[in-house]
Amino acid sequence: MAQYLVLIYEDEASYANADAAVYEQVMKAHNEFGEKNGASLRGGNALQPTSTATSIRRDASGNIAVTDGPFAETKEALGGYYMIEAPDLDAAIAVAKQVPARFGGVEVRPVMVFD
Amino acid sequence: MAAAVAEAHRREWGFVLAATVRATRDLDLAEECVQDAYAQALSTWGPRGVPANPGAWLTTVARRRAVDLQRREERLRRTLPLLLDDRVVPGPDDAEEEDVPDDRLRLIFTCCHPAIAVEAQVALTLRLLCGLTTAEVARAFLVTEPTMAARITRAKKKIAAARIPYRVPPAEELPARIEAVLTVVHLLFTTGQTAPAGDDLVRRDLVERSLDLARMLRTLLATDADVAGLLALILLTDARRATRVAEDGRLLLLEDQDRSRWDRQAISEGVALVREALHRRPPGRYALMAAIAAVHAEAPSWSETDWGEVLALYDLLVGIWPSPVVALNRAVALGLARGPEAGLRAVDALAGEPQLAGYAYLAAARADFLRRLGRVEEARAAYRGALELTENGIERDFLASRLRQLGP
Repeated sequence: MAQYLVLIYEDEASYANADAAVYEQVMKAHNEFGEKNGASLRGGNALQPTSTATSIRRDASGNIAVTDGPFAETKEALGGYYMIEAPDLDAAIAVAKQVPARFGGVEVRPVMVFD
Repeated sequence: MAAAVAEAHRREWGFVLAATVRATRDLDLAEECVQDAYAQALSTWGPRGVPANPGAWLTTVARRRAVDLQRREERLRRTLPLLLDDRVVPGPDDAEEEDVPDDRLRLIFTCCHPAIAVEAQVALTLRLLCGLTTAEVARAFLVTEPTMAARITRAKKKIAAARIPYRVPPAEELPARIEAVLTVVHLLFTTGQTAPAGDDLVRRDLVERSLDLARMLRTLLATDADVAGLLALILLTDARRATRVAEDGRLLLLEDQDRSRWDRQAISEGVALVREALHRRPPGRYALMAAIAAVHAEAPSWSETDWGEVLALYDLLVGIWPSPVVALNRAVALGLARGPEAGLRAVDALAGEPQLAGYAYLAAARADFLRRLGRVEEARAAYRGALELTENGIERDFLASRLRQLGP
């Protein structure tokens, strides 16, 4: 078995403009996904929007700069993730296809194994 | 002897590599061992004679070599995980000549996995199934060897690291996955059929590899109508290969080709396959394209071509495959069935398609209909536009000669 991180990228503006009914549907969809795929799930979280993000990196002179905002500004931003376990990429894709992402999509990344 | 080994390279490479990969579960190691097996064949087939089953012989040698190398390197740390298989991997020693299984389907489904970029799928297929070197693959696609090497290495790493499995997909995924494989084989064929640039119209090597692959798929997926359709399409189109360029190097259109020199054996094989592929309702796109090629193949001359039939087939094709390029071909067929005025109208209706902006064949089709209508000035402008967009030398010469025929 291998672990894959399923990163959920969605358009934040669409969520910002959505009403309560949409949020309810999204919650319900994620709950259903979780129940159906409990055997494969190893964790997962939703993230606060990128407006709450803080980026930290070294500038050219070696000083650590702390700045407001995400690492890269993109229309579709990382908004949550699931950690799943699957025997191979086809099985991981089969689970990832079911992850709700009505305002975007998901990216599947194998977790590196050090031995 | 070298000829026998070269023949075995062409015919058996994919079979031997696929069987060796299943034993090693490591693409790079398998490639190395198969290379070694061919080198050994060069030195031993002379004195001992060519074995009755060269593929099985090569597989046994390659798998033994793999066991040796794996034992020797057991202490070395592996950087990438092994490929995943769906059954117990038999040891190389039980691989007797008779029971070497055919693993080429696993290999081609792995090479053409949708999680790999299409250009890398094509490269992997040529390299692993057809045994082309990286330099040869690079040449076929007009990129430098380091670029192609990086592309192949990256794809192989992804197969191992993301655990793309080495197996034939389950029945529910099979149609979509076969479609991906056929897309790669078709792309190889069309790239070979009219080389994107250069002095040769046809890249024979690519056309022949695509034909080999289509035949292999036909053997391994004998009941699949799309496979039959693609093989038919390749056979029927390639049957005209000898007549597409004149002795002096000029491009000859279907209209001007010597039909007595078309490959009748390929045509009859292709026509039988088309009939089989069309039995499925609704017919797939390769079957329809092959059926169009069959109408041409069976027409005694250009003027006796059943354009109504061609147009009807294009109508069906546009229905299942609404691509602007298909629509352009349909527009041309319409012009041939109903006259240049109708054809020009249909072509012009597509001029706004973003996918056809910069598409040389649209300008060339316009030019041809304008020429037939005697609208010389507009035809010349259209030929000049087509020339600007064409990079294949033989096609350029053709367009330039048409332009000259229209006067100064």
